[in-house]
Amino acid sequence: MTHDHRPLDVTRREFNKGAGLGIAASASIGWMTFVQTPASAETPSESTAKIELNVNGEARELMVDPRTSLLDALREHIGLTGTKKGCDHGQCGACTVIVDGRRMNSCLSLAVMLTGSEILTIEGLGRPEDLHPMQAAFVERDGFQCGYCTPGQILSAVATLEEIAAGIPSSVATDVTALPAASAEEIRERMSGNLCRCAAYPNIIAAILDVQEKRG
Amino acid sequence: MKPFTYYRATTLHDAVTTLAARANARIIAGGTNLLDLMKLQIEVPQQLVDINGLGLDTIAGAENGGLRFGAMVRNTDLAAHQIVREQYGVLTRAIVAGASGQIRNRATTAGNLMQRTRCPYFYGTAMACNKREPGSGCDALNGISANLAILGTSDACIATHPSDMAVALRALDAVVHVLGTEGERSIPIADFHRLPGDTPHIETALRPGEIITAVEVPASIGGTHVYRKVRERASYAFATVAVALVARVDGASVTIERLAFGGLAAKPWRVEAAERRGSGTPEEVARDAAAIILEGARPTDRNRYKIALAQRTLHAALIDAQEQSR
Repeated sequence: MTHDHRPLDVTRREFNKGAGLGIAASASIGWMTFVQTPASAETPSESTAKIELNVNGEARELMVDPRTSLLDALREHIGLTGTKKGCDHGQCGACTVIVDGRRMNSCLSLAVMLTGSEILTIEGLGRPEDLHPMQAAFVERDGFQCGYCTPGQILSAVATLEEIAAGIPSSVATDVTALPAASAEEIRERMSGNLCRCAAYPNIIAAILDVQEKRG
Repeated sequence: MKPFTYYRATTLHDAVTTLAARANARIIAGGTNLLDLMKLQIEVPQQLVDINGLGLDTIAGAENGGLRFGAMVRNTDLAAHQIVREQYGVLTRAIVAGASGQIRNRATTAGNLMQRTRCPYFYGTAMACNKREPGSGCDALNGISANLAILGTSDACIATHPSDMAVALRALDAVVHVLGTEGERSIPIADFHRLPGDTPHIETALRPGEIITAVEVPASIGGTHVYRKVRERASYAFATVAVALVARVDGASVTIERLAFGGLAAKPWRVEAAERRGSGTPEEVARDAAAIILEGARPTDRNRYKIALAQRTLHAALIDAQEQSR
């Protein structure tokens, strides 16, 4: 009997796709309980669209199938794989990016709808030698374990502090006419669209509060 | 996702005629629910008509002191608007009780009203669902129905409407402005969402080809505004029971001015007869109002708890009103 020593034909990316779906399927009895995700093989589309995205300050022209999400455009077309695909249904927040100054789930928007938009991904926020204060705070506070949700957490955190500074209310407000404060309670509520299955939440909150403190 | 053609509408008229020209065309606004359903092939439109370039995103004073907000006003912007916060607090509170920050930044006023149920049997394509596939039956009736409806249900469907915003709009007597190829009309929010009956797949009063252009609320009625939502986790979950309340508070005594429930039916549930039935302690008022509102409830064995929970949530909301008005 011979053994085939070819390396496993599974990439980390494919493994992660499967793992992400597992997260969605194992949620408590809720609206996704019985979901069966259709096979991912796609019928070829007859149409493609030319779009232009400004990603991290760089203009990008792409030809995309209209079905392409912003997330897939970033990862598969542009090659910026820092933005992560978790559930692909807007429930986990791993794909959070900042579009025209606002955080959103890149899995829940079609790239073709965002032509002309300015997109900030984790790659554009800071560099390894020049970290954004939020990235530095996550490192300092150990705001992650496996790291998969981290790019989404960090972009969401940056936008959360901006939203608080802009006076956008949240559900923890007892007086919705008052300006919100960047308390731990506010930050927990506002970060609820970003799941961390390693449960690094306490350290994530600590990191965000550190940045807020330095902002003053 | 199945292939579709993508069309970016250039004017409102263009959007309406394009939508009307194809039976299986759908409007896309924020896309936060539609794209999710398209990925699961529960929604399979052949054409998407994108109305993001049409504006429809202003909030402005309306006749008789009311407020009108465009179909494309994002949930975040509506919740954060100064007049909404000051005069229609229940609306701000309801919006921020729903979804996540990311989704509220993208989701729109019209899209929020048009979102589909989150009934797990609607989402589970291996299950029978009269909404997803008319005539196929309803597996929820004898299934896991803990989060499903107890009022206005039928033998064909026990799904709930998931919106928080719509519950506040119902309490505020909002009107939905729509445009079709035959012109404009206005639909009171009370009539906008339909009960399931024998046709649960027909969810709104919109006629084929019609689109929402704006939502309007009449002049503020003042009062203390409360939105209290009970859910299975503290944030980012759909309601099991939600209460939108405008109350008058006079010391230990409270009066219900407006009251609508979410999480109980296929539409926001309001029974006007339960409002202004006199003043009393939160406990008395909640007991009397809940008795009227929940009369005729038809729970399953798994969601019978919602009858008691609805009364207790109202009781708690009335106490919230007292605390907020201190």
